[in-house]
Amino acid sequence: MQRNLLLGVEAIGQAAIDAGISGVYAYPGTPSTEITEYIQNNRLARERNIHREWSANEKTALEAALGMSYAGKRTMACMKHVGLNVAADVFMNMAITGINGGLVVAVADDPSQHSSQNEQDSRFYGKFAMIPVFEPSNQQEAYDMTYEAFAFSEKAGLPVMMRIPTRLAHSRSGVVQKMVQTENPLKMPENLMQFMLLPVYGRKYYQNLLDKQDWLAELSEESAYNQYFEGKEKSLGIVCCGITYNYLMENYPNGNCPYPVVKIAHYPVPQKLLQKLENECDELLVVEEGYPLVEELLTDFFGKGTKVSGRLDGTLPRRGELNPDHLAKALGRELEEPLQIPDTLVGRPPSLCAGCGHQDTYEALNEVIAEVGNGRVFSDIGCYTLGALPPYNTINTCVDMGASITMAKGAADAGLSPVFAVIGDSTFTHSGITGLLDCVVEKSNVNILIVDNETVAMTGGQDSSAKGRIEKICEGVGVAPEHIRLFVPLKKNHDEIVKIIREEIAYNGVSVIIGRRECVQRIAKMKRLHKKEAAKNGQ
Amino acid sequence: MKTDIILAGVGGQGILSIAASLGAAALNENYYLKQAETHGMSQRGGAVVSHLRIADHPIYSDLIPTGQADLILSVEPMESLRYLPYLSPQGSLVTNTAGFVNISNYPDLENTFDELSKKINIIRIDADQIAKETGNPKASNMVMLGAASPFIAIHEEIIIKGIETIFKAKGEKIVEMNVEAFKAGRAFSLNKC
Ligand SMILES: Cc1ncc(C[n+]2csc(CCOP(=O)(O)OP(=O)(O)O)c2C)c(N)n1
Ligand code: SF4
Repeated sequence: MQRNLLLGVEAIGQAAIDAGISGVYAYPGTPSTEITEYIQNNRLARERNIHREWSANEKTALEAALGMSYAGKRTMACMKHVGLNVAADVFMNMAITGINGGLVVAVADDPSQHSSQNEQDSRFYGKFAMIPVFEPSNQQEAYDMTYEAFAFSEKAGLPVMMRIPTRLAHSRSGVVQKMVQTENPLKMPENLMQFMLLPVYGRKYYQNLLDKQDWLAELSEESAYNQYFEGKEKSLGIVCCGITYNYLMENYPNGNCPYPVVKIAHYPVPQKLLQKLENECDELLVVEEGYPLVEELLTDFFGKGTKVSGRLDGTLPRRGELNPDHLAKALGRELEEPLQIPDTLVGRPPSLCAGCGHQDTYEALNEVIAEVGNGRVFSDIGCYTLGALPPYNTINTCVDMGASITMAKGAADAGLSPVFAVIGDSTFTHSGITGLLDCVVEKSNVNILIVDNETVAMTGGQDSSAKGRIEKICEGVGVAPEHIRLFVPLKKNHDEIVKIIREEIAYNGVSVIIGRRECVQRIAKMKRLHKKEAAKNGQ
Repeated sequence: MKTDIILAGVGGQGILSIAASLGAAALNENYYLKQAETHGMSQRGGAVVSHLRIADHPIYSDLIPTGQADLILSVEPMESLRYLPYLSPQGSLVTNTAGFVNISNYPDLENTFDELSKKINIIRIDADQIAKETGNPKASNMVMLGAASPFIAIHEEIIIKGIETIFKAKGEKIVEMNVEAFKAGRAFSLNKC
């Protein structure tokens, strides 16, 4: 059988195409970005003209996906874990409306925070919303489970969450594909009030969701992805969720783990399998990537029952990504002393690229800050967040997308003056506009720098919804046109930039200062793409 | 058969084409493969690493356990040291000697490598220079792959086929130059062994 080398995220993208989706909706975010990029670059997706443009944020993405599902089509929304916070409103409520066309929410978690503000575990959202969650353990399962998730979603009448951690998202392996399915026809929901959550309906639908829970549990029990592996050594039973199964088995190269093991890849948890394990074994070890969700569930509150160990009792680390070594230690295996890293080694932290416009903005801003005092630059998430590190040390905050403007406003409300917000173009359209409106309505004394590199640079240079629209948006929201200022972040413009910032600090009201120069990596990327296109057309 | 490889470098140095060549080779041979990459902030000169595992039997973990890598293949000398705990004491370290100096405190590594070579097998190669000599300065990656190839349990011809597969789209000339670079790197290592 033909195998293709696919990243975990690519396997999800391919499976969604093969399962006949009519649209993918997403906002970039590591490690989920390549699901959508894969679909954008896929030939069949282009031929079918599957919807594959970026959305302004995760909430708009998931809502659009729900609309497509309303119309009977299969669809997928993709995001990183913190993106689901932004989309949480629709996520929680669509569990209650249910779906029409199959709907999958692919969420990539980032244990160890390789490139995220936190390492929250999306399975909790799945449990919170009471919907099925699939957590594949390898690339083939990522493909197979995504492929099946759409039909499963239609059968259950609910959205299904696909949850993968960074390590599976960004690891490649051979994947065998299944038959390509046709797209669903356009088909309205049978009940035209299905998506109407007026309380009179909402109560009923919530009851329906509750009534489905036992059935969902049975489906988990039957799932081929939840498995029981017999073992002779009953002193310990091991529960492995998703990818952690591999870390366990890595310690048994011939596949002969002596302990009974339950592998969970489909939630709600398979109760009977776990019950069987508990009956057979003296103690349990729970291994999961992320927070101790299953461990908490199985841990005996009053301490009278079976001993459960895992992340909570320190058998495994409380935070961070797991690996085979953690499992070896938890199973009491002695590891040999590894080679040591020589002391000569120094760190190589990420830094802004040579020629990046953010540098010029920070040079200028720093000059003004030296005059007005530091500790007053609220910022946001993107390449420009590197301005928190030397040599700039300019910005003071990075919390969640859009928070620069609103936190600056709150600090201004408290009496801090002057205050700055530094926000990227994509972050601005993702979640900054509503905050700006708050500032305008209250005439807050804030200086907002929109560092516009005309792309979503941090995640690899995707198209930004903000492109060519920022001034109009600011004007439309109500910023006085004379306080919408523009500069080009270049060394030679340093004095001019400093002057503009000084002038706007002097103004008691909302100032928006836009620094615009395209990201140098994006320029290089587009050049490469054009060259590739040209080569293709030339052949 | 199994070869566990740590591929190391700096974002933008393109360790991924090394991984892709080996991936194509493994696939051609119907070997199992897992390759975990660092993505994310990699454009901006930070350290990047990839765990590449090839075997004739199923592979469980995407990550190589501590002390089990057969090879560290680094396109940058300092980066080759960052992942030493992964290397098996019987393993080899093959590194480019041309440093990527984008930090002010870049250390002098001569003594470190001298000390280390008493403990493990190390091959240091000026891949950038050899790539230039073969007429393709951009192919230093393939020089490195060549230099590491004696420590990879895949036959030379099959790796070359892998290289051909991934550069095919760019034309015969590019394929040839990369294969040349690979061979030059391999010859360098075989002379040292
Ligand atoms: C809610 C949420 N979604 C996505 C991300 C991932 N992410 C981090 S920064 C960023 C975009 C940055 O783009 P922009 O604001 O234009 O700044 P640039 O990187 O281009 O400087 C994204 C998508 C995130 N951290 N949080
Ligand atoms: S990727 Fe673009 S925005 Fe990010 S640091 Fe490099 S040049 Fe600047």
